[in-house]
Amino acid sequence: MGEISAIMGRELRKWVRSPPLLLMALIQPLFWMGLYGKAFNLTGLFTVPEDVLRNLPPESTRVVASLFNQVASRLFGSPETDYFSFVATGMTSVIVLFVSVFSGMSIAWDRRLGFLNKLLVAPIRRSSIVLGKVLAASVRALVQATMVLLMGLALGVKLNPASPLLVAGAIASIFLLAVSLSSLVIALTLRLKSWEYHMAVANLLNLPLMFTSTALYPQSIMPDWMKPLATLNPLTHAIEVLRGALLYGNSVDLASFQFHLAYLSVFAILAAGLGSYAANRYLSAER
Amino acid sequence: MGVPAIEAEDLRKVFGDVVAVDGISFSVEEGELFGLLGPNGAGKTTTINILTTLIRPTSGSARVWGYDVRTETSKVRSVIGLVPQDLTVDDELTGIENLRLMASLYHVPKDVAERRIEEVLELVDLKEAARRRVETYSGGMRKRLELAAALIHRPKVLFLDEPTLGLDVQTRAHIWDYIRRLVREEQLTVLMTTHYMEEADANCDRVAVIDRGKIMAIGSPRELKAAHGSDVIELEVQGNGIDLHSLVNGVGGVLDLRVEGSRAVLKVSRGEEVLPELVGRLIGGGAIVRRIEMRRPTLDEVFISLTGRSIREEHGSWEEVFRQRLNIRRVRG
Ligand SMILES: Nc1ncnc2c1ncn2[C@@H]1O[C@H](COP(=O)(O)OP(=O)(O)OP(=O)(O)O)[C@@H](O)[C@H]1O
Ligand SMILES: [Mg+2]
Repeated sequence: MGEISAIMGRELRKWVRSPPLLLMALIQPLFWMGLYGKAFNLTGLFTVPEDVLRNLPPESTRVVASLFNQVASRLFGSPETDYFSFVATGMTSVIVLFVSVFSGMSIAWDRRLGFLNKLLVAPIRRSSIVLGKVLAASVRALVQATMVLLMGLALGVKLNPASPLLVAGAIASIFLLAVSLSSLVIALTLRLKSWEYHMAVANLLNLPLMFTSTALYPQSIMPDWMKPLATLNPLTHAIEVLRGALLYGNSVDLASFQFHLAYLSVFAILAAGLGSYAANRYLSAER
Repeated sequence: MGVPAIEAEDLRKVFGDVVAVDGISFSVEEGELFGLLGPNGAGKTTTINILTTLIRPTSGSARVWGYDVRTETSKVRSVIGLVPQDLTVDDELTGIENLRLMASLYHVPKDVAERRIEEVLELVDLKEAARRRVETYSGGMRKRLELAAALIHRPKVLFLDEPTLGLDVQTRAHIWDYIRRLVREEQLTVLMTTHYMEEADANCDRVAVIDRGKIMAIGSPRELKAAHGSDVIELEVQGNGIDLHSLVNGVGGVLDLRVEGSRAVLKVSRGEEVLPELVGRLIGGGAIVRRIEMRRPTLDEVFISLTGRSIREEHGSWEEVFRQRLNIRRVRG
């Protein structure tokens, strides 16, 4: 345990000391949020201009309103949810993806700097090296996700949390997602020689995982072949937990909220197990 | 302890088609300062990496402090310290943060660690700089921090891979002071590599001369020089018309003779006795001696006599080196 927290402490210390890295990582979600959330104001398409509404008979106004509400809730979870809030919560999870994939690079980087040998020659479990890095990535992800969400709030996200317990669930989902993704990435890249290879792997993972999740659009409007991918993608589950906890207010579906959290928990445990196993077996100074 | 501190038996390591270590065996007693001496690419680092469990040997076996480096890796790791050839302390952390990190990786309890950190900082004279980030350190300071980091957990066996490489003479002398003090005060067994002959000569109890993955000889520097070294006489005469070879050939005590135009290099068993006779012969034969020089054996000589090459020059045979020197003089002249 001491060795895991020592490794985690080192990672976090280095991270806190390089603010440029932190800022860089925030730019991308901000960009997506602006592009999707603001430029394509999808909910705007469904808003009926005031004067049209005023000229309609009250009966039909009600029908039109409920129709729009149905469309909105089918697409974005609840009638109150606007598209920007929808994307902002998506992006909060996407930053977790970026941070986790980026963190996998740290082993290749330590190998390059020779520091990996310091770790490998110490009487510690190989899995501790991976777990320390995974936990550090998860703390970073939590902080960065919070920052993205705060940026979203500043730009007009409408939060509607139903209860503190659900918010705790949202925090847990971010943590579990980070553990899942960074464990997988580290397991995949344990033996990579250099961070250049790692960049390739990162690009291979980042965008497909983002676009097969519900970060930018709901699963209901995905092409059929993509829907099962979205269901498997842990990103989708974290995003749904976030939306359930932060946006849907009392209309949240508790059963599916719990299911998403359970899915993430199982995924995180399996991924961390895989990462530890891979480290104990394959992490070495040899390449 | 009846068992040697380090014991290597027929170690081999093959990388693809490169045989980096080619069946080496040696043992190091507790408390010894043992040197692996060899040119670039000899297999020194590879040997250290095997003994410190960083890489697995292709074949052969080794024990450190009685533990098998293949099967008892954890035990080996907890009794050794390694100062690697390339510096590996974390640049972005301060000296003291690096040491604290090492202490936790070696499971040193917190209160013990703080005292120990003070001690090792004292030992390597880094107290003042301890709270600065390592990226602000000089090469010598980094090496000292590296040494301190390797000592945090009071290892039994310390591995030093080129501890003085790339440092200026003064810093090298300092590092050696620290190492000698360690062996004395902390009862350490040290295995080190170097290609600075004088350092190995002055500091090691025993050395193994290693070349192309093979151990050529093992012994104390004194033994090796006595067994493999000889005095070397280099001389140069004026004019090309003289047949140096036949002039010098009859001199007694000459072990080896190489002639290159007007220059000759002789290996002799007792230089002080050969020299007068040699000069007499040359003058008697009508040669004008422009330059004559005698060197006592060094470990470098031992290396040349064992391998036919100089350890100093990174490549090339003895003859090539000789020719290169001639060329340099020619350019100057
Ligand atoms: N990981 C590796 N892959 C392939 N070849 C290697 C590897 N490590 C070492 N070698 C080769 O093995 C040989 C021995 O290398 P090693 O680093 O052990 O030499 P050395 O004696 O430490 O040299 P130096 O004085 O330059 O440090 C060299 O030919 C080197 O190129
Ligand atoms: Mg080396």
